[in-house]
Amino acid sequence: MRSERYIPYVLILPSVLFLLFLFAWPLLEALLLSVRGSGGQWTLENFQRMAADLYFKDAVKYTLLLTVVIVPLQVVMALGMAMLLGGISKGRDLFLYVWTIPLGISDLAAGIVWLAIFTERGYLNSFLQGIGVIQQPQLWLSYETPWMIFLAVVAAEVWRATAIVFVILVAGLQLIPKEYGEAAEVFGARPWQRFWKVTLPLLMPSLQVALILRTILALEVFAVVVALGGRNLPVLAGEAYYWYNAYQNPGVAAAYAVIILGISVVATILYLRLMRSKQEGAA
Amino acid sequence: MKKSRWLWLGLLSTLLVLSGVLAQQTASLLFVSTQFTPIEEAQRMRQVILKDFQGRVEFIPEDNAPFTSRILSEVRAGRVNVGLAGGLHGDFPPLVAAGALDPVDDVLTQLKDRRFSQSFVNLGKMGTGNQLYIPWMQATYIMVANRQALQYLPAGANVNTLTYTQLKAWAANIQRATGRRMLGFPAGPRGLMHRFTQGYLYPSYTKSAVTKFRSDEAESMWLEFKSLWQHVNPQSTSYDFMQEPLLAGEVWIAWDHIARLRDALNQKPGDFVAFPAPIGPYGRGFMPVLAGLAIPKGSPSRAAAVAAIEYLTRPEVQITTLVQNGFFPVIQVRLPDNLPQGIRMGADAIARQAQSNVALPSLLPVGLGARGGEYNKVFQDTFARIVLRNEDVRRVLDSEAANLRRIMNETRAPCWSPDPASSGACPVN
Repeated sequence: MRSERYIPYVLILPSVLFLLFLFAWPLLEALLLSVRGSGGQWTLENFQRMAADLYFKDAVKYTLLLTVVIVPLQVVMALGMAMLLGGISKGRDLFLYVWTIPLGISDLAAGIVWLAIFTERGYLNSFLQGIGVIQQPQLWLSYETPWMIFLAVVAAEVWRATAIVFVILVAGLQLIPKEYGEAAEVFGARPWQRFWKVTLPLLMPSLQVALILRTILALEVFAVVVALGGRNLPVLAGEAYYWYNAYQNPGVAAAYAVIILGISVVATILYLRLMRSKQEGAA
Repeated sequence: MKKSRWLWLGLLSTLLVLSGVLAQQTASLLFVSTQFTPIEEAQRMRQVILKDFQGRVEFIPEDNAPFTSRILSEVRAGRVNVGLAGGLHGDFPPLVAAGALDPVDDVLTQLKDRRFSQSFVNLGKMGTGNQLYIPWMQATYIMVANRQALQYLPAGANVNTLTYTQLKAWAANIQRATGRRMLGFPAGPRGLMHRFTQGYLYPSYTKSAVTKFRSDEAESMWLEFKSLWQHVNPQSTSYDFMQEPLLAGEVWIAWDHIARLRDALNQKPGDFVAFPAPIGPYGRGFMPVLAGLAIPKGSPSRAAAVAAIEYLTRPEVQITTLVQNGFFPVIQVRLPDNLPQGIRMGADAIARQAQSNVALPSLLPVGLGARGGEYNKVFQDTFARIVLRNEDVRRVLDSEAANLRRIMNETRAPCWSPDPASSGACPVN
C-alpha cells in the first residue's frame, strides 16, 4: 500500500528529467545568453541590435500575419474534415489515412514540393502554358511579389499541418458520447443546431489543445518560408537561425528566441483564459 | 595444458597488434586540414589523392575553430602531434600571430621547379619576410553563360574581356529579345552574393572593400549596379547555387563559386561557356580562394611533412586533386586531354581570370574570426537596402559604414588586399 503511493512519481520521473535537461535547461541558457554581453556582463545590447536590425519589423509582421491567417484556416478546415469523416461509414479508414499523409512529410520537404509547383519552370507554369493561358513562364515567387510568396507559404502550411489539427479533432469527436446528439435530436434539434450547441462545446478541450499546438508551431514557422521565399519573407525563427548560423552571434539569436517564447506564452495564456470561460459558460 | 597454451597465444597476438598500432602511430604523419571536411571528399583524399605517397599519413579534416585551437594549444603546451596543417589563407593568421608556424623557405627552395603562381607564393609569406605556407590548391568564383546568350553580346564585346557596362548591355539585349530577365546572382539565404560585392564589385570600382566602403566611387558603383539589376532575374533572391537555375534554363548568365557551377558544366558542357568576371574602372576584381600547407613549430615529423608537401604539389597530384575534389592547381601545369570537359572549361576560365594584366585579386576577409559573419551581413544588408528596397544610396552607405567600423574596431583586424596595409584596425574612411 505504502509503496504504491510512489509509483506515479516514479513513472513520471523520466519525463520530468527529460523536460529538465532538454527544455528547461536550454531555455534558461537561451535567456541568459540573450541578456549577457560577450564579456559576461548584464546588458540589453542584444535586444537593441535585434530591434535595430533591417529585418526585425518585417519578421514580426510576417510571423504574426502568417499565424493569424493560417491557424483559423486550419482549424475550420480540420473541423470540416473531421465532421465529414463522422458522416462516412464506408471507406472511413481510407479517408483518414489519405488526409493524414502530410503528417509524415518534413516541413522543408513540403516547402520544396510547393517550390517545384511555383518556380519559374515549375508545374504551375507548365500547366498554364500547356492549356494556353500564358505564353511565357510567369514569375510567381520573387521579392517583387511578396504577397504571392505569402500566399504560397499559407498554401504549403495549410496543406502540410492541417492534418495534425484534424487528428486531434477526430480523437476529440470520438470522445463525445453519441447519447448527447441523440438526445438533442429527440428534442428536435437540427444538424446545424446540434453542431453548435452540442458538438462544438464538448469539443472545446480538443480545440484548445489543437489551437495552442498550432499557434506555437506557426510562430516557429521557418523551413517552408525559406524554401519558398528565401529571405524575401523574413520570419522570427528564420532571423534567429541566421543570427546564430550565418552571423555567428548567439546573443542576438537568443534575443529572437526569447521574443518567440514570449509571444508563444502570451498566446497560450490567452487561449487557456478565453476558452476556459467559454467552456464554463457552456456547462 | 592446452587451455593455457591458447591463453598465451592470445596474449601474444594481442601484444603484437598493440605494438603494431603503437608503431604505426609513431611513424605516421598527422595531417590536419580545414579542407575536405565532407566525408566523401575526405575519403577521396585518403584513398585516391594520397594513395601513392611513400610513407604513412593520417588525414584528419576539422572545422576552422577546432583546427586553430588544437594547433595553438599543442604548440603552447610544447607537445605537438600535428605534423602538417592544411588550411585556407584566412585560417593561418591566428597561427602566424602566435608564432606557431615553422618557416618553410627551405621547402620552397626545394620546390624550385614547380612554377608556383608568384602572387600565391607572396600570399604565403603572410606579410612577413619568411615563407609561412606553401600554396596547395585554389578555387574561385567565375561566370558561366548559356551558349544561347552569346548571340546577344553587345557589338565588340568578348566574354573574356567583358566590362560591367557590357554585361549590363548584354543582359538588356537578352531582355529586349526574349522578354525575360536572364542574368542571375546567388542572392539567396545560403548564396554567396556578399562575396560578389566584397571581392568583385568593390575592388573593380574602388580598389578596396573596407577603406573606401562609403566613398563617392562606391556610391556611383552602387547606382550602376542598381541599374544593372533591372535585367536580373528577380528569383535571384532565392538562388543559393547557380547551377540549378542554369540547368533549368531560368537564367542564361550567372556568377558563382566554381564548386556551385560544377554540375552545370559537367552535365551539359556543350550548352555552356565559362569565362572570367567582368572588368571595372580599376581592373578585374576577383577573389581567389587559396589553400596552403604549413608546418607547425615543433612538428614531430618535419621530414615527413616536407615529403608530403613535395608530393601534394607534384603536377600529377595537383591534377588528381582537381579531378577528385574540384580544387584547381596552384602551379602552371598542362592539363591532360582526358580531363572531363566541364572541369577543363572551369580551369581555363580560372587561368584567364588570374593571369590577365587587369587581374586585381582580393582576399577573403582575414583576421575577423567569429565576426566574419557580421562582416558579410554589412555587405548583404547594403545590397538589400540599396538594390532590393530602393533606399537612398548615400544614406545606406553612411549607416552601414558605422556597422563595418564597429566590426573592424572590435576585431582590430588590419587591412587585407586590395586595401592598402594599415597599422591597427582597418579604417573605414
